[in-house]
Amino acid sequence: MTHTPVVSAQDFLEQQNHLTLLRFITCGSVDDGKSTLIGRLLWDSRQLFDDQLASLSHDSRRYGTQGENIDFALLVDGLAAEREQGITIDVAYRYFSTPRRKFIVADTPGHEQYTRNMVTAASTAQVAILLVDSTQGLLTQTRRHAYLVALLGIRHVVLAINKMDCLGYAEAVYQRITDDFRHFAQTLKFHDITAIPLSALQGDNVTHPSTNTPWYSGPTLLEHLETVSLVSSPGEGLLYPVQWVNRPNSTFRGFSGTLERGKVRVGDVLRVTASGQTTTVHDIITMDGSRTEAIEGQAITLTLSSETDISRGDILTHAHHPIESTDQFEATLVWMGEEPGHAGRAYALKLATQWTTATLTGIKFRINVNTQAHEPAKELALNDIASCTLSCSRPLAFTSYDTSKSLGGFILVDRFSHATVAAGMIHHSLRRAQNVHRQLLTITRNDRERMNGHPGAVVWFTGLSGSGKSTLANGLEIELYAQGKRTYILDGDNIRQGLSKDLGFTEADRIENIRRIAEVAKLMCDAGLIVLTAFISPFRNERDMARELIGAHRFFEIYVSTNLETCEQRDPKGLYRKARSGKLPNMTGINSPYEAPLNPHLVIDSAQLSPDEAIANLLKCLDSPPQSH
Amino acid sequence: MTPNNPHLEQLEAESIHILREAVAEAENPVMLYSIGKDSGVMLHLARRAFYPSLPPFPLLHVDTRWKFQEMYRFRDRMAAETGMPLLVYVNPEAIEKDINPFDHGSALHTTITKTEGLKKALDHYRFDVIFGGARRDEEKSRAKERIFSFRSATHEWNPKNQRPELWHLYNARKNPGESLRVFPLSNWTELDIWQYIRLHDIPVVPLYFSDIRPVVMRDEMIMMVDDDRCRLAPHETIEQRRVRFRTLGCYPLTGAVLSEARTIDDIILELVNTRHSERQGRKIDADSAASMEMKKREGYF
Repeated sequence: MTHTPVVSAQDFLEQQNHLTLLRFITCGSVDDGKSTLIGRLLWDSRQLFDDQLASLSHDSRRYGTQGENIDFALLVDGLAAEREQGITIDVAYRYFSTPRRKFIVADTPGHEQYTRNMVTAASTAQVAILLVDSTQGLLTQTRRHAYLVALLGIRHVVLAINKMDCLGYAEAVYQRITDDFRHFAQTLKFHDITAIPLSALQGDNVTHPSTNTPWYSGPTLLEHLETVSLVSSPGEGLLYPVQWVNRPNSTFRGFSGTLERGKVRVGDVLRVTASGQTTTVHDIITMDGSRTEAIEGQAITLTLSSETDISRGDILTHAHHPIESTDQFEATLVWMGEEPGHAGRAYALKLATQWTTATLTGIKFRINVNTQAHEPAKELALNDIASCTLSCSRPLAFTSYDTSKSLGGFILVDRFSHATVAAGMIHHSLRRAQNVHRQLLTITRNDRERMNGHPGAVVWFTGLSGSGKSTLANGLEIELYAQGKRTYILDGDNIRQGLSKDLGFTEADRIENIRRIAEVAKLMCDAGLIVLTAFISPFRNERDMARELIGAHRFFEIYVSTNLETCEQRDPKGLYRKARSGKLPNMTGINSPYEAPLNPHLVIDSAQLSPDEAIANLLKCLDSPPQSH
Repeated sequence: MTPNNPHLEQLEAESIHILREAVAEAENPVMLYSIGKDSGVMLHLARRAFYPSLPPFPLLHVDTRWKFQEMYRFRDRMAAETGMPLLVYVNPEAIEKDINPFDHGSALHTTITKTEGLKKALDHYRFDVIFGGARRDEEKSRAKERIFSFRSATHEWNPKNQRPELWHLYNARKNPGESLRVFPLSNWTELDIWQYIRLHDIPVVPLYFSDIRPVVMRDEMIMMVDDDRCRLAPHETIEQRRVRFRTLGCYPLTGAVLSEARTIDDIILELVNTRHSERQGRKIDADSAASMEMKKREGYF
């Protein structure tokens, strides 16, 4: 490609007005030449500046792997750790343009441990260049990346068969690898696969047709990128997630958001998915004035003709083209957290502008990314990909990921560290949630509470074994009973020997045990009782799950903080002795962690307070309802 | 918006989406306003994103006391024009010790006035979401950074363990004391910025346009003599040359380029044909290999 100086800004700007943007990634196995290829594209399209070249040749001598030659990989490996170790850790984004298109290219890491970064890049790309080292053929990582690319919904793949110079540009090699890949990719739902023989290092078929491959008549890589036409997703109909309610004063109320799909016009009748309310578009507001219509991808503000209760997180559609909502669905998860995911655990979930709490209810199977075989799994480890079921605390408006990435893709966030621990792609709802109506009962909790003369509540004691939870619960129940209140104690004996007798003491079983206790406590609380629970309940996550299930305003978390030393001296059941002698695995405080509450309603140290003082404190605390947090 | 620039329209919509998403999830957001062209575009996008409301956050200028005089005038004019509150913060330690690029060198001057100044300002006002105008095409460690970039309670960036960031779904959750730097212009290039400025007639500091200015020609950069605090070596003389700036910062550390570009069209034409990157004139980027990444890890933008 020759570089002729542009002589008129007008000409340049006129040309710019017709350019579309293409986002693509480079992926494939380590050392297949991804970074070199990007370097070559930038070099050949004259996007490298003199000072960048100077620093590149300096870095090449210092860290490079190409002897005296320029090591293009150093262009994209921008982190010190990457240059020192000679590997790609995270995605690098580079920008270039030709007279036909603008490009954003993301160079992705090949190593399995950085899968989450590869997936980050793939989620916004339209085309994937999958590199194959022709001297190696398809490798495990090539297949992994092809699978991930398909999973994230990229429909256009370029199979860049690289290092053709090493094998004398043999057509047979090209043909064999192309055939292997087409065979492997049969199940991957790609729209098109374009195989190009090239050498990133020498520049063959990157931007110039190579004289070394006279048998190849297809496009060069750049030519293909400039001209590939993109298929649109099969979904249709307006999708407008409300991002922000715009209220500059009491007379204006607008709803700001990005049109994720479809087109909206003034006068259209819209429907709020969650409430089912309908309303009409009154105006489409921008800083340049009102518009009569807006199209997919535009960020706009709508005003509506009727007073409608709409807030951030609501999804608007056309009234005649509604989408589903559900509180239970099946999805593929890509696990990205260091801490494994367990069935029964609750996470914060974000889908479009909606946040809710979601419990991972089941792991159906893990997908072996290398063979695509389904394997059973007890937990989700870093980089696992699995088909799972999830249950939300409130219904979500959604579509399948196939029909909209915006309304079908979600993330799971750890509720304590707030790290993003998984990305999910929805397959379908597990039930027709909109057809399930709760049985309306005539006698409500309010009626029962009125009869009892007090509200139902759950007093949740947590602390180490031997800290005094059962003793306190017992003492408190005596006092409440004396006051004429209806009470019940749930403790280890009546739960472990009955409801949970099938469970052991592994982390997963403990989570399930607490879930059952929380569900039972919720029912009893609904019956109007004051429920006292006395369980170690060592994990914050599960206590928070119980709080959410029961309702924060009825849930009193009491932390019995008696220290380990005292508990161990008491050792009422001889458990500490057993654990210390190695006969009892998973003993909280000894060989299994205890996570103290961050914001308990009351802290009681039974080593410091007399039983009477402790009970008096408890009674006082029950008079003030818990703050939700 | 002209209907026939699909590329700029796409970038604009993405930036507005980012701005709204961050504001919706923030408790106490702020926009860093550094007075340059990128800040100008970011500010303009914010006004469009929240119109007819004013952007619901203040502007923060972390001042080093060594910016060009024209920049200070322009800053105050823009604050008045937008009607947004402007906070100006100078690191008290920099005042106390009279930190300056001449006595203390560019590295220490930048650390104390910019990095430390920014961290102190953020702690002082307890901002939890901080908009910055950085672009990925500026520098190779920026090319690696997320749009919502998580910072620890001590403002550190950990490039080896960034949060995954899929689709346009941003996770703005964090614990008290932690914060997010949010970069709405991540995917813009220098040329995009100028085309957008042209399209929307966005005001910029006149220093971006060529004019006859008093400069000292040094080997490593052309320094403009902006006030009487400037120190020259014995053999140096002040010359009148026709220059402009591609980026703006502290005047003793920001190199001018010889240029005849007096209009936005001239600038665009110059950029299309240039052989030099934008940050070439920045002394602070060249201080050591990977210097930007080091500064960012310590809390710099």
